[in-house]
Amino acid sequence: MSVKLGLPSKGRLQEASVEWLAARGVNVERADEGREYAGRITGVEGVELQLLSAAEIPLELAAGRIHLGVTGEDLIRETIPGWEAKVDLGPALGFGHADLIVAVPAIWVDVETLHDLDAAAAQFRRRHGRRLRIATKYHSLARSFLTARGVADYRLVDSQGATEATALNLTAEAIIDITSSGETLRANHLKPLADGLILASEARLCRSLTAPTDAADAAVLAALRSRIGA
Amino acid sequence: MAAARAYLTGGRIGADLDRLSALRARIMARLTGAGAARVEPETLQPADLLLDLYGEDIRARAYIVEDPSAGELALRPDFTVPVARLHMAGGADPARYAYEGLVWRRQPPGSDRPSEYLQAGIELIGGADPAAEEAEVFALIAAALEGAEAAPLTGDLGVVFAAIAAMETTEPRRAALRRHVWRPARFHALLERYADPPAPSPTRAALLGADRAGRIDAIAAAGRIIGARGEAEILERLDALTEDAATPPLEAGEKAMIEAVLAVKGRSDEALARLRAMARAPMHPALDRMERRLDALADLGVDAGALPFDAAFGRGLEYYDGFVFEFRSARAGLPPLGGGGRYDALTAILGGGAGAPAVGGIVRPEALLAAGAAA
Repeated sequence: MSVKLGLPSKGRLQEASVEWLAARGVNVERADEGREYAGRITGVEGVELQLLSAAEIPLELAAGRIHLGVTGEDLIRETIPGWEAKVDLGPALGFGHADLIVAVPAIWVDVETLHDLDAAAAQFRRRHGRRLRIATKYHSLARSFLTARGVADYRLVDSQGATEATALNLTAEAIIDITSSGETLRANHLKPLADGLILASEARLCRSLTAPTDAADAAVLAALRSRIGA
Repeated sequence: MAAARAYLTGGRIGADLDRLSALRARIMARLTGAGAARVEPETLQPADLLLDLYGEDIRARAYIVEDPSAGELALRPDFTVPVARLHMAGGADPARYAYEGLVWRRQPPGSDRPSEYLQAGIELIGGADPAAEEAEVFALIAAALEGAEAAPLTGDLGVVFAAIAAMETTEPRRAALRRHVWRPARFHALLERYADPPAPSPTRAALLGADRAGRIDAIAAAGRIIGARGEAEILERLDALTEDAATPPLEAGEKAMIEAVLAVKGRSDEALARLRAMARAPMHPALDRMERRLDALADLGVDAGALPFDAAFGRGLEYYDGFVFEFRSARAGLPPLGGGGRYDALTAILGGGAGAPAVGGIVRPEALLAAGAAA
């Protein structure tokens, strides 16, 4: 057995993760200048590296196939039902910042808050005979947020990419998506609601609560924890 | 426990299944004995329709399956909508239907509620004597629980709607409150908001101060129309906001009145007397209905005056809009053994405006057996 650490297989999140770990004496060595999805961990004994797509890391943590993994808090909360029993979020890493927000067309000058959105949804249903559409890929987080705040008469429509363009394409009236700078929102004629922040997410070094851990693994995890806090 | 099913340690094979089957047959005999025609709705229902009727809550609870040609379908999460659909598509009023079969509901992680269980029930649609039909459904479901200990609880959302109608405020405010009767936290937030309106943002204040031309300019300056909500809607809502801003705050007495109505709880006869004592004129028809129902229940041999009543009961069950009832078992881990209520507005939506008065109720045969009903 060995302790399995999952990292994103490419992109900004991988680079930042590698830097963050290196600063704590845990080094990721990639063969083949990073083109091959393999590599190894040096600086600490008994840790095996797994390079995974960002979307897989929460699932692997929850299933207990990796012990540690870097992923966004938003993905853990969205994709793992009952995540609290399966994954410890661990330390925030200071990168991968993304706010999950509710945004509406900027031209809706009458809508500033969730109260307004709810009233606009009632009016929309009365006038159009159907529910106001909100495009998102974060169905679970979106639904529980809107339910807790008593927003009614909306309907979630699935959007797995280019969510900001759905209103422009007439497939939705509003969106729930992640934003970092807000520039994409503005470019797509959208604005965030004043009280529409669902989650301020960033990258986390998460620990699986379900991964089988023998005595040797436990010792490695304890040694790691003293270095990286996870 | 391979043969376990909802609330039971057995019930899928052999003698345990025989006991459950006997109970199901006895319940159906009782329901059809009341003059109800048997009905068997499809297991797979159009998800679009359920989403439109119930909203997103149902997507969190129903099992949705994909069909390449039919689109999204939902395993029926209850019988009320599927039966009402069949009726609206071709049944003649008045009608009474009896059914039984499985329903499916996803449960949150960690829940020990079953995701598949039986319901047996009856729906009375298009009747001419609502109070009598409510009493009849209640008495039928109570009788079907024979042998199991269960405490009844009743409520009447018609009384809540009547109290909202009696509030001294604007019609848009009453409409907003009616719309959120099923969301108590939001309902109370609205009352607070009307009693103590938040100060408008500077942008909002400027818009409210602008004339129509100024508003059209502000809209044009804010971007372009995207999505299906157009300029006319934005202008209409700005008018509504202007009207609301000019409306005086809700008087403390109005908020207190609705809260007092919602707090009424106790024996039905005493609850009715208390509601009568605090009622304004628009509430009396709803209270007359409640009184006729209690009389009709007494005629059916129910100790109607002693029935527990809670004016706030039923607010978690969107689509019920009048009388509601439930029978609760004292045994830990069991759901209500039976329940039901009136859903007039739902048939109106299903019928595209042409609705029919409708009331129904169900029992849960597996839970009933677990609670000690004789098979």
